[in-house]
Amino acid sequence: MRIAYYPGCSLDTTGVEFRLSTAYCANQLDLDLWEVPAWNCCGASSAHSTDQLLSLALPARNLAIAEKEGLDVAVPCAACYSRFKTVEAEVRQDEKVQQDVARVIDMDYRATNNTRSLLEVFVDQVGLDKIEAAVKKPLSGLKVACYYGCYLVRPPKLGHFDRAEDPESMDQLIAKLGGTPVDWPHKTECCGAGMITLSPEDGLPLTYEILRAAQLCGADCLATACPMCLMNLDLHQESVNKKYKADFNLPVFYFTELMALTFGAEPKEIGLDKHFVNSLPLLAGIGKKETA
Amino acid sequence: MSGIELSAVQAVAKEWTEKLQAAGIDITSCYQCGKCTAGCPMAQSMDYSPRQIVRLLQLGLADDALRSRTIWMCASCETCATRCPRDVDVAKLMDLLRIEANRTGVAAVPEVPIFHKTFLESVERYGRVYEMELMMKFNMRTGKLFNNVDLGPKMMSKGKLHFMPPKADDGGAVKKLFERVRERKGN
Ligand code: SF4
Ligand code: SF4
Ligand code: SF4
Ligand code: SF4
Repeated sequence: MRIAYYPGCSLDTTGVEFRLSTAYCANQLDLDLWEVPAWNCCGASSAHSTDQLLSLALPARNLAIAEKEGLDVAVPCAACYSRFKTVEAEVRQDEKVQQDVARVIDMDYRATNNTRSLLEVFVDQVGLDKIEAAVKKPLSGLKVACYYGCYLVRPPKLGHFDRAEDPESMDQLIAKLGGTPVDWPHKTECCGAGMITLSPEDGLPLTYEILRAAQLCGADCLATACPMCLMNLDLHQESVNKKYKADFNLPVFYFTELMALTFGAEPKEIGLDKHFVNSLPLLAGIGKKETA
Repeated sequence: MSGIELSAVQAVAKEWTEKLQAAGIDITSCYQCGKCTAGCPMAQSMDYSPRQIVRLLQLGLADDALRSRTIWMCASCETCATRCPRDVDVAKLMDLLRIEANRTGVAAVPEVPIFHKTFLESVERYGRVYEMELMMKFNMRTGKLFNNVDLGPKMMSKGKLHFMPPKADDGGAVKKLFERVRERKGN
């Protein structure tokens, strides 16, 4: 299967392990990711807080390049994904927007192709059966709190692949990898996004509540699809511990990292050593029952 | 006793109702149930709740909404827009208020628009975000360190921040895109 691939800025910097593990999984599952040549940043919240047209045009340029190839676009970062979906919807709904955007990007773009989150590509397009068949070292019951955050599922009017209030695609995936998805109430609670950096006193309480809920529900770790969620939960876990006199020690993974590990990847080759909460002790327990 | 002069606020209410309607947001359908506020993760850091922001606009007190801390504390999480029983897109409303507050220079939390401006300069220049430069410029412009002082050094210790800007040979396409957006606004 061939699909265009938009990594987004984070996957070259703070989320490099998302890129490495994605490449590993795609390779194992014969998924041909065609990286959009000379792709540009989607503009993130900075663009949509500054100028509507700019916030549409930046993602649209990437989508237009893929449209010319007749390809859908796989987007790993949940934040970029949401910007892409917004553009797609607005261009489809409103001819004037379509024309304005096409003029600004100096390319034809009619949104005939689809943006797909990488999670959706794996779960719905590659398929859970194929993924299950590729598992060599199952997660051996590892208890995973699947954290979807905001942008994979909200707002529902954009036509997402999973439910807005109680999504389950990542949970199904984790179960196929041999893990135990925990039932917990914070699957789609917001982590505060950039707020933790701009104003920790306003952002940290949100991260604290998410970690607390995961721990109370018995999770060993969390899985996510967003470099910003990961940074907030992983990098800032130490600050949360300090502020709340807590002792969370919950590794946070990209779902692709857990997939790659079960397919047989070495932790280092997919960048697991780049996380701040050390996951190696926890991972020592996986792969105990070899699949026949 | 003189009556209270209400025509000015009525005009503002009308102006904003129409402006927002054109963007697909009908504030007249809001019946103040407060569901947006109930689900808002940032409500405790706001001066006006999301419901109150809508109320201010209904009442023609747009200036208070534009000068609020609320619009800069909003994390754009889309919870309000997802749950509103009257289909009022409060998340998009927050965007439009930020754009206007920024344009008119009344932002209550100036660090946030400074961050956005610095971010977009990076995108215009390199096509992508150059995080190292973004952090340094932001620190210089706001006169404070990235509040989370440990962010930069920690990321560096993991080899996640680069000392060189990102490279993508787009033939100047992104720079031209920014120029065309500016031309359209006529500035
Ligand atoms: S949202 Fe973040 S990761 Fe996505 S393209 Fe923009 S800056 Fe890059
Ligand atoms: S959970 Fe946080 S980082 Fe993730 S999508 Fe929501 S706001 Fe963004
Ligand atoms: S949820 Fe909708 S109707 Fe209720 S107060 Fe908020 S905007 Fe108004
Ligand atoms: S989008 Fe903003 S206002 Fe709406 S719930 Fe999220 S943080 Fe609150």
